[in-house]
Amino acid sequence: MRLEGSLSVTDVTATVMPERIAVVPDDFPGFLPKLDIKEGDTVGIGSPLMHDKNDTEVRLVSPVAGTVESVVRGPRRKIERVVIMTSPTPDAARPAVKPEMTEASVRAALKSSGLWAMMRRRPYDIIPQAADSPRDIFVTAMDTAPLALNLEEMTKGMEAYIAKGVEALKLLTKGNIYIGVAKGSAMPDVKGAEIVEFPMLHPAGNVGVQIANIAPVNKGETVWGLDIVTLAKIGRLMTEGTVDYSVEVAITGSEVVSPKVVKTIPGAPLASLLKDDVKNDGRHHRIISGNVLTGTPEGEEGYLRYPYRQVTVIPEGDDADEFMGWASLSPSKMSESRSFFGKLLGKRFSPDARLQGGRRAMIMSGIYDEYVPMDILPEYLIKAIIARDIDQMEALGIYEVAPEDFALAEYADPSKLELQRIVREGLDYMRSEV
Amino acid sequence: MKALRNYLNRIKPNFEPGGKLQSLQSVFDGFETFLYTPNTTSRSGVNVHDSLDSKRIMIIVVLALMPCLLFGMYNTGYQNWLAAGATEFPFWQLMAYGFLAVIPRILVAYVVGLGIEFAVAQWRHEEIQEGFLVTGILIPLICPVETPLWMLAVATAFSVIFVKEVFGGTGYNVFNVALVTRAFLFFAYPAQMSGDKVFVSSRSILGLGHDLPDGFTGATPLGQIASFAGDKLELLNLRGDVISTWDAFLGLIPGSFGETSTLCIIIGAALLLITGIASWRIMLSVVVGGLLMGWIANVFQTPTYPASFLSPIDQLLFGGFAFAAVFMATDPVTAARTGAGKYIYGLLVGVVAVLIRTYNNGYPEGAMLAVLLANALAPLIDYCVVQANVSRRMRRLRQRAEA
Repeated sequence: MRLEGSLSVTDVTATVMPERIAVVPDDFPGFLPKLDIKEGDTVGIGSPLMHDKNDTEVRLVSPVAGTVESVVRGPRRKIERVVIMTSPTPDAARPAVKPEMTEASVRAALKSSGLWAMMRRRPYDIIPQAADSPRDIFVTAMDTAPLALNLEEMTKGMEAYIAKGVEALKLLTKGNIYIGVAKGSAMPDVKGAEIVEFPMLHPAGNVGVQIANIAPVNKGETVWGLDIVTLAKIGRLMTEGTVDYSVEVAITGSEVVSPKVVKTIPGAPLASLLKDDVKNDGRHHRIISGNVLTGTPEGEEGYLRYPYRQVTVIPEGDDADEFMGWASLSPSKMSESRSFFGKLLGKRFSPDARLQGGRRAMIMSGIYDEYVPMDILPEYLIKAIIARDIDQMEALGIYEVAPEDFALAEYADPSKLELQRIVREGLDYMRSEV
Repeated sequence: MKALRNYLNRIKPNFEPGGKLQSLQSVFDGFETFLYTPNTTSRSGVNVHDSLDSKRIMIIVVLALMPCLLFGMYNTGYQNWLAAGATEFPFWQLMAYGFLAVIPRILVAYVVGLGIEFAVAQWRHEEIQEGFLVTGILIPLICPVETPLWMLAVATAFSVIFVKEVFGGTGYNVFNVALVTRAFLFFAYPAQMSGDKVFVSSRSILGLGHDLPDGFTGATPLGQIASFAGDKLELLNLRGDVISTWDAFLGLIPGSFGETSTLCIIIGAALLLITGIASWRIMLSVVVGGLLMGWIANVFQTPTYPASFLSPIDQLLFGGFAFAAVFMATDPVTAARTGAGKYIYGLLVGVVAVLIRTYNNGYPEGAMLAVLLANALAPLIDYCVVQANVSRRMRRLRQRAEA
């Protein structure tokens, strides 16, 4: 997928310290939030905001020092987000406590530092559970999503942390630690981990695709997945006892004046990151926290959500007036189909957010197969999910998948079905029933 | 264009719930989305969508059928002129004659089929689906040109209602709608729909063309084969000359309106394959299946089954085989959906088509029945492929448990 608005410089060009940040518990599927603070409390870097009802040691922590401005609740008092006003004066340095290198101590350190919740486990694509003893742990060093940052470049110079991180995670699994890297990458060998090469092509960067091609998840097994940046953070925690909560964010998309990389705090308001960088061309804009495939449209009032390291701005397109778009021969129509000419020209596109057609039954066959490179029959799995047929879902491999693995298929689907939502609902249903 | 958009915006409230014309909402919506790409943007999931939608898919198939349609017009005129003993074939007169012969059939198929689709869409409060755009043009192409209009209307209505709508509409049908229309005609009206007369237009239309004598017979090549006795097979055209392979390839032979020209079918196939709309796996395996069975039949040729005298290539050129391979078997809804399943499905269509036409003298043409049979078996084929995937997963689990 070649989109306009790519980065020309991949180095950090600015640091943004936002006035307030938001922590959204919904970004951590499987985490049932229970508040540890109330409005007006003072928090420091790394101090707990919420814990998980299922495992009280698992916490979401504040990435900044400041005061809790508000706890925003939705229907049925669901916690939607905790907003923290950052304090202008730096936090008094908290004593760094270097965890011991034992399984119990590593687990405890990960849980209390908030890094635990930054990992995902399969089945169900949720945060790791207390009882998990993962068969293997998979680390992806690639972000292949459109306009994404290069994770390997981001972790250059952190080889020691990565090695330490692998050493720590090795205590948590009896199996292997795999690191998925781009073909021809210069990633040095890491002791204790096995490096596997993948083509630098979406969705090969998805941890799920890497798992499926290295050692698929079987029923009854658990595997964990994380990215290399989080691994480096874990390594740093184990080496120095502190966590670097900052995040590098790519500001990209066809409606951004000058795409760039900024360093900021997770949960920063998107407006503070974009400032005047959105084109003033009179079009409606869709401001996405994340990439165009899996990101959430947050709008100007929104915040940078986890796990994204990207903000993408594209035209919304609800103000477009396209006459007989289905018959278009224009090379600027983005499509994977050879019935459009744009793909042959190899140019970059600036698509908008329209569905480009009506929602239909699954008519064409074999399209999903091309975009889900796993030993899975996506059409049949999707149908089993829609039918809520537990046995069939299990037989067709629902334990191996996550919504993000279906994002590209959802993009290419001429029937415009909401595959990611269907898969997420299927996973939640399985978790509640099994 | 702006004026049209403004006009649509002005009349739109009439069609919304509570408006004067709310019972025509689906129809309005159908026309509006046809004229203007809807401005609906995604609410969940991916933020950008591929520009390909089912309207474009269907229109590309219709485009791929255009060479067959145009050639069918020419050939209809050509056969009429030929049967009348003409020696000159004025191109535009032949085209005009063929156009006049086919246009009522296209109109009947579309009016009946789309009428039902519109009504059902409104009844279900759904969007109008595009599937019938293709079906409506396929029906006149696969029927003999002399099919009475009322029969066409009855058959179309039957298959749209009982083959498609009762199953839930486009995307849910088990059998190919156009082919069931053809099968309905074939089995419900055997006297009119088979034999020597129906495949050649035998009357002048609006002063064009020739009125052929009542005793005239215009058997198709496969019809001649089915009634053939002897041991030296020779296929003749309407003037009594031998049909060359070249004639059969170009399509200058009697047959259903749009199926005779293998050349035009190949042009259509090229469009479908280049755009990736139809499955190359199915097309390829149908052809391979037909050649294979044709070769077997040819090796064991016997006067009992005269079609066994045909070479495998002739089997592909005569009758509806090529058309079925390119346009019928590849219908994604009724074909096998799994990758491996498509090969099996295609082979089945190819083999059975030639098997029926060779070894069952009651049915001169087997392509229609072969595709319908394969449609019925496609879910079973897919089931086997899916089970293979499932047992691969089970085996992995067992190996893991043993290790």
